[in-house]
Amino acid sequence: MDFEWLLGSLATILAISYVNLQVANGDGRDQAISRFFVPVMFGVGLLVLWEGLVQGLGVPSVILPAPSAIWAKFLQSTHTLWIDFVQTFVKGALSGYVMGTIAAFAVALLVDRSDFLRRGLLPVGNFMAALPIIGIAPILVMWFGFDWQSKAAVVVVMVFFPILVNTVEGLRATERMQRDLMKTYAASYWQTLFKLRLPAAMPFIFNGLKIATTLALIGAIVAEFFGSPIKGMGFRISTEVGRLALDMVWAEILVAAIAGSAFYGLVALIERRVTFWHPSQRRGR
Amino acid sequence: MSDAAIAPAAGGFGAGARAVRDVVLPVFVVVAVIVALWYVACVPMNIKEALTQAERGGAVINPEGARERRDMSAIGLVFKNPSYAADTLNQERPRLPAPHQVGRELWKTTGAMVLTGRGFSKRSLIYHGWVTLSATVLGFVIGTVAGVGLAIGIVHSRVMNMAVMPWAIASQTIPILAIAPMIIVVLNSIGVTGLLPKALISAYLSFFPVAVGMVKGLRSPDNMQLDLLSTYSASKSETFWKLRLPSSMPYFFTSMKIAMAASLVGAIVGELPTGAVRGLGARLLAGSYYGQTVQIWAALFAAAILAAVLVGMIGMLQRVTLKKMGMVH
Repeated sequence: MDFEWLLGSLATILAISYVNLQVANGDGRDQAISRFFVPVMFGVGLLVLWEGLVQGLGVPSVILPAPSAIWAKFLQSTHTLWIDFVQTFVKGALSGYVMGTIAAFAVALLVDRSDFLRRGLLPVGNFMAALPIIGIAPILVMWFGFDWQSKAAVVVVMVFFPILVNTVEGLRATERMQRDLMKTYAASYWQTLFKLRLPAAMPFIFNGLKIATTLALIGAIVAEFFGSPIKGMGFRISTEVGRLALDMVWAEILVAAIAGSAFYGLVALIERRVTFWHPSQRRGR
Repeated sequence: MSDAAIAPAAGGFGAGARAVRDVVLPVFVVVAVIVALWYVACVPMNIKEALTQAERGGAVINPEGARERRDMSAIGLVFKNPSYAADTLNQERPRLPAPHQVGRELWKTTGAMVLTGRGFSKRSLIYHGWVTLSATVLGFVIGTVAGVGLAIGIVHSRVMNMAVMPWAIASQTIPILAIAPMIIVVLNSIGVTGLLPKALISAYLSFFPVAVGMVKGLRSPDNMQLDLLSTYSASKSETFWKLRLPSSMPYFFTSMKIAMAASLVGAIVGELPTGAVRGLGARLLAGSYYGQTVQIWAALFAAAILAAVLVGMIGMLQRVTLKKMGMVH
């Protein structure tokens, strides 16, 4: 047991908590800088506490590696991590995401033309979105082989239903008055679709797209647990766990976390550009 | 489905007939179309294996030899040998089992085993489903309680709101499920085995949706209502029990549904790294090891039924509770 680490990290987290308390209850609490400062300091504090507990209590690295060890491993194996990232994220998740989005979008436009179909498909789609679809992974791995194609297929199925349901909902979001206005302009179906209904549906569509970003990454990683070539984030996680090389596992998780939040952030950024008119995008109060 | 079941009781015959026309019939037709497409898909998916089997049995196939047929398109083969289409629906290890095969396997491993008094044997899906269900529910309860606790903290403490809330939101964009194998193996290595590791994964997955949803819910009373309570000089805890908590209920149930679905996925994935011993996830993995496609599909459907029942139960609870509170009419 190493008391210097323990006490040092405890003192750090206490100091950070004190500073955060002062900032959060102080005068400048609504400024952007303190909104940024407080959560970042909290995260840093947690990392310090983690490091201190691992070092101080001498936790073996096969149970929980220290953040410094994880970071060292990350820097040391960027090459492997990059190969895994390309295999899982770019080839598996991203391609599946694009295909699934296009498919869901096409089906949504079709369904939207028939009221009967919409009423039938919406409950089924909602039902499917709540199911553990990830279980379809072993079947698709059997059909499409071990490489990225099967992962992309899993991702297609996983992202399909949330986007479908949200798009169909969104296409209904216009009001009768607005649609009547388009009718008085003698607008065709496609004109109404592109000029009124699709723009109005965008907040819903982006909601589905944002949910799907996380699902895509989960689908691609978990599908690799059922069989994969000797690269990929899911493959690396399951084999390195077997070897008890947890620093490498945490390095992969770090990559997954960065990729996941960057992907989400990108979609959210596009959303802000596209739906700038929507009340939820207004800044300030 | 449950909409249709409740509507007649509420609105008499006319409403019942409308519910059938507007809800049940379209859903029924869509499901029927899906099942029909499934049957049609079985034929090209399984035709090569069916032709190989038939050829071994002495039949003459066009073209001859499995190697000849290997690179041909499956649909072309179906048109050249239409008489073997029926064989594709009853294979032992099909690439795509037909719906009735899955149904038969489901019955064989649940109802039939109960009738012979082996309902809890290790080959029964009830046993595996129970293993998964107990981890799911335990994890869901832990995650929900912790999530509600965090939400109460966030709503009442400014510093927690500023420090923790961004992380809670950001964590939803991270594929947390990736750490499942590690949690299982690490907890096993320090002697924690069985239900708890899986439940912890489930708890972790259901924690954040509940926390984020409940923060929204507890903040949903508007300023007017909060002002009213402060003119009554209500204390913080009175405001919480009489205003914030009741108005958070719709959000609570919605996030519980998400949490339950996530919790089940967590339990299933948590069963993968232990080497396919028990639970629905283990059945999926064992099926994929040994090419038992019918078993995979049966486990998949069992998981789907489990999810539907669990989420449906929360939905029912939601409807009853909100009705009693006068929040839906």
